[in-house]
Amino acid sequence: MTDNPTYKKKDFISDQEVRWCPGCGDYAILSSVQMAMTKIGKKKEDMVFVSGIGCSSRFPYYMNTYGMHTIHGRAPAFATAIKATNPELEVWQITGDGDGLSIGGNHLIHVIRRNVNINIILFNNEIYGLTKGQYSPTSRPGLNTKSSPYGSLDRAFNPASLALGAGSTFFARTIDTDPKHMIDTFVEASKHEGTSFIEVFQNCVIFNDKVHDLQTNRATRDEHTVRIENGKPLIFGKEKDKGIKLVDNKPTVVALSDVDESELLVHDETNPIVAQILAEMRGELPVPLGVLRRVPDVVYDQQLNDQLADVKAKKGEGDMTALLNSGDTWVVE
Amino acid sequence: MQELDSVVIRFSGDSGDGMQLTGTQFSNTSALMGNDIATFPDFPAEIRAPIGTVAGVSGFQVHIGASEINTPGDEPDVLVAMNPAALKANLRSVKKGGTIILNIDSFDAKNIEKAGYEGTPLGTPEMEGFKVIEAQITSQTLEALTESELDNKSKARCKNFYALGMTYFMYGRELDATIKWVEEKFGKKPELVDANVKALKAGWNFADTIEAIGTAYKVPAARITPGKYRQINGNTATAWGFIQAAHSAGLELFLGSYPITPASDVLHELSKHKNMGVKTFQAEDEIAACCSAIGAAYAGALAITTSSGPGIALKGEALGLAMIYELPMVCVNIQRGGPSTGLPTKTEQSDLNLCMFGRNGESPMIVVAASKPGDCFEMAYEASRLSLETMTPAMLMTDGYIANGAEPWKIPDLTKEFGPIKHKQLKGAKPEGEEFLAYSRDENLARPWAIPGQPGYEHRVGGLEKADGTGNVSYDPDNHEHMVKLRQEKVDKAASLIPAQGVEGEESGDILLVSWGGTYGATRMAVKTLQDQGKKVSLCHIKYINPMPANMEKVLKSFKKVIVAELNNGQMRGILNAKYEVGALGYSKIQGLPFKISELVDMLNRELETL
Repeated sequence: MTDNPTYKKKDFISDQEVRWCPGCGDYAILSSVQMAMTKIGKKKEDMVFVSGIGCSSRFPYYMNTYGMHTIHGRAPAFATAIKATNPELEVWQITGDGDGLSIGGNHLIHVIRRNVNINIILFNNEIYGLTKGQYSPTSRPGLNTKSSPYGSLDRAFNPASLALGAGSTFFARTIDTDPKHMIDTFVEASKHEGTSFIEVFQNCVIFNDKVHDLQTNRATRDEHTVRIENGKPLIFGKEKDKGIKLVDNKPTVVALSDVDESELLVHDETNPIVAQILAEMRGELPVPLGVLRRVPDVVYDQQLNDQLADVKAKKGEGDMTALLNSGDTWVVE
Repeated sequence: MQELDSVVIRFSGDSGDGMQLTGTQFSNTSALMGNDIATFPDFPAEIRAPIGTVAGVSGFQVHIGASEINTPGDEPDVLVAMNPAALKANLRSVKKGGTIILNIDSFDAKNIEKAGYEGTPLGTPEMEGFKVIEAQITSQTLEALTESELDNKSKARCKNFYALGMTYFMYGRELDATIKWVEEKFGKKPELVDANVKALKAGWNFADTIEAIGTAYKVPAARITPGKYRQINGNTATAWGFIQAAHSAGLELFLGSYPITPASDVLHELSKHKNMGVKTFQAEDEIAACCSAIGAAYAGALAITTSSGPGIALKGEALGLAMIYELPMVCVNIQRGGPSTGLPTKTEQSDLNLCMFGRNGESPMIVVAASKPGDCFEMAYEASRLSLETMTPAMLMTDGYIANGAEPWKIPDLTKEFGPIKHKQLKGAKPEGEEFLAYSRDENLARPWAIPGQPGYEHRVGGLEKADGTGNVSYDPDNHEHMVKLRQEKVDKAASLIPAQGVEGEESGDILLVSWGGTYGATRMAVKTLQDQGKKVSLCHIKYINPMPANMEKVLKSFKKVIVAELNNGQMRGILNAKYEVGALGYSKIQGLPFKISELVDMLNRELETL
């Protein structure tokens, strides 16, 4: 292996047969990740894919890298320790809305809080697929499922708000119907030092088909998504004729025929208030796609290893024999 | 000065009275004077229970001897009670005819009522048969510190040193070590050094003056194996044992842990030793702690997780994963009283079944148990060694009693006794053309340990059943049965990697007392007592639980009666009877307390009569 590896997508395809349902959004995500891995300048042997349990969590079996298919919800803990043990590794965690936000909710907020230098892809299809169709923490209230035949009573998590609340230093959103956008987003995530959290709108053809239809359907997608770029005003629409303006502190859709571009909300990846506004844009508003937040901060695994080096520098390399003989000792003749 | 072979002293007072410190000073001084010792701290679960109540009583028992000491003693010869609650909590356990030193200043109406007494206990029939010394410990301490610039509250805090001074006089202890400790501890505050030393000496002088104490006693130095000694408690020994194991294996040590009583001290100790290549991760919960250890193991560290019963229950699913991954890691269970939250600060051995069987599916782990505080060092090393040699997770069991209890420990020769540990980690890149199978096997059935960062060995591990050899996901019925049996066989075969089961005493006879884990001190002394009387009783103390030593069946079947003594409702007895059909009887104690030597001796005598 050379120092500057050049890979083709096929280098990342494992010998295992992919077993998602035909038409599943996971195929496109897998393909985009495999493409993205050719572009990040990291060695294949340094890559580790870690997952929990769920449809998406089969992902590591299909990547020809190191990989761990773990237990339900706990992937962040494995990923944290892999990175703490060897900070040189490129660690990707694959999770879904059930795995990451329900059973693994606690671990997810803590890995984000610690800002461990890993990348997390959340496949959000708003349903439990592997267990055959129960409502998940991101399912919309009222959804009829096998476990909610009269409609789900649960309020839903907004993954973006949750991540930001946990102190996310990198949050991005992308969509399984746009491979180019996915690849770009994954590459950006890999570059970020700290926990990069990517929500992918993913379609489950069997149990929650077309849940992201407004954002993916050719007929509606341009009016219901806005591609955000740092430093640029929020402009969207098939004809790029609409923008987002803050009116009474609320993001509001305006026609560019009525409002000058200079009055539009300008994206700032480092501004936490802007990130919160973008995170809350749903429903009638176009959903932002791209990097909502990106800000440098201290990174847990680096600090952990730096601390070891610091203590060694200050106190010298520890010695077991000296430790055993420290404190009060006495000799019995 | 009269000579004693041994003496047991219990320091007892309110949680804030500094009794743990007082007891530790007494035991350190005694160890330095050459006595054999054993200690037992006994403190409430509440950090600050209401002052003056029985719930808030904190005690520290120390047993010092001129001959072999293995337990903190059955019944205190001396009770130091700093308040009425301490008297109430401990009176029942004091040896008849023993000495009770009371801080009489605290025996006012309010404290007497808080302790739950109807009226003053002083002079009542329940105090008869003891030698009671009423000392004005608080007021005399204040008096001794009249010239100190400290405020009265701080002065009164020195009263534990006054009490310590009294006991130092009574048992001919030297003051130097404690004075040196005070100077080091409070070096930056000379007024505190001065006050504590003055209180210590005032207590000594008071005891020397009053006639009530009469003679002082002497406990001569013990005849113990020559060598250099230090004191050590089980949790410290556990922590150090793992550092040694990592060094012996040439690996980094990684601890993933979550705070829990009585295991947290292992986390505290290991987090101090970053300059020895120790990484500690305080996880968000017990599950994450265990999972982090598995992640670290996958990445190439000697990985451990530490907890106590409730935490081990939470780790169960992850431990099963480590088992099916076939990765090395050690889970430490420092047992406490259960079930559920149970008795967090009390000792028990009731997690044996949990450690053996507490995972879904057929999920065997290596299980070992430490017998004494110092033995935790060896068994931490052993658990690591066996796990690394077999690529199977191991469980190390200790308990609150040996975790917090301290004993003199002969400092080992690391090179001779704790040499290199072989492990299965592959080095460097995969040679061109060589086939790599992540689940191929060596003579121990252990698989290779390929870690991320090594080119050519990229592979995936998972919790789904895997095909032998490749490790690819497999739902094949025959393969599943094969793999379940193979993983069991791997653990069984580890019997060839452990020492044979020893017997203390004759290898056949009337009664074989079987014990395991932290009860060794009491079972050994009980058996020794009977052997000294010519009784045909031997001891089989088990440290390697899964697998058991290959000669175990022969050992068990060489006696007329086998009795398993354990601090639970008969879990080891059940395992032995199921495995060897040996018809073992059980002796259970489930009170959150360790065995007394005397109760074991009585039980064995009864059993000898009914042979």
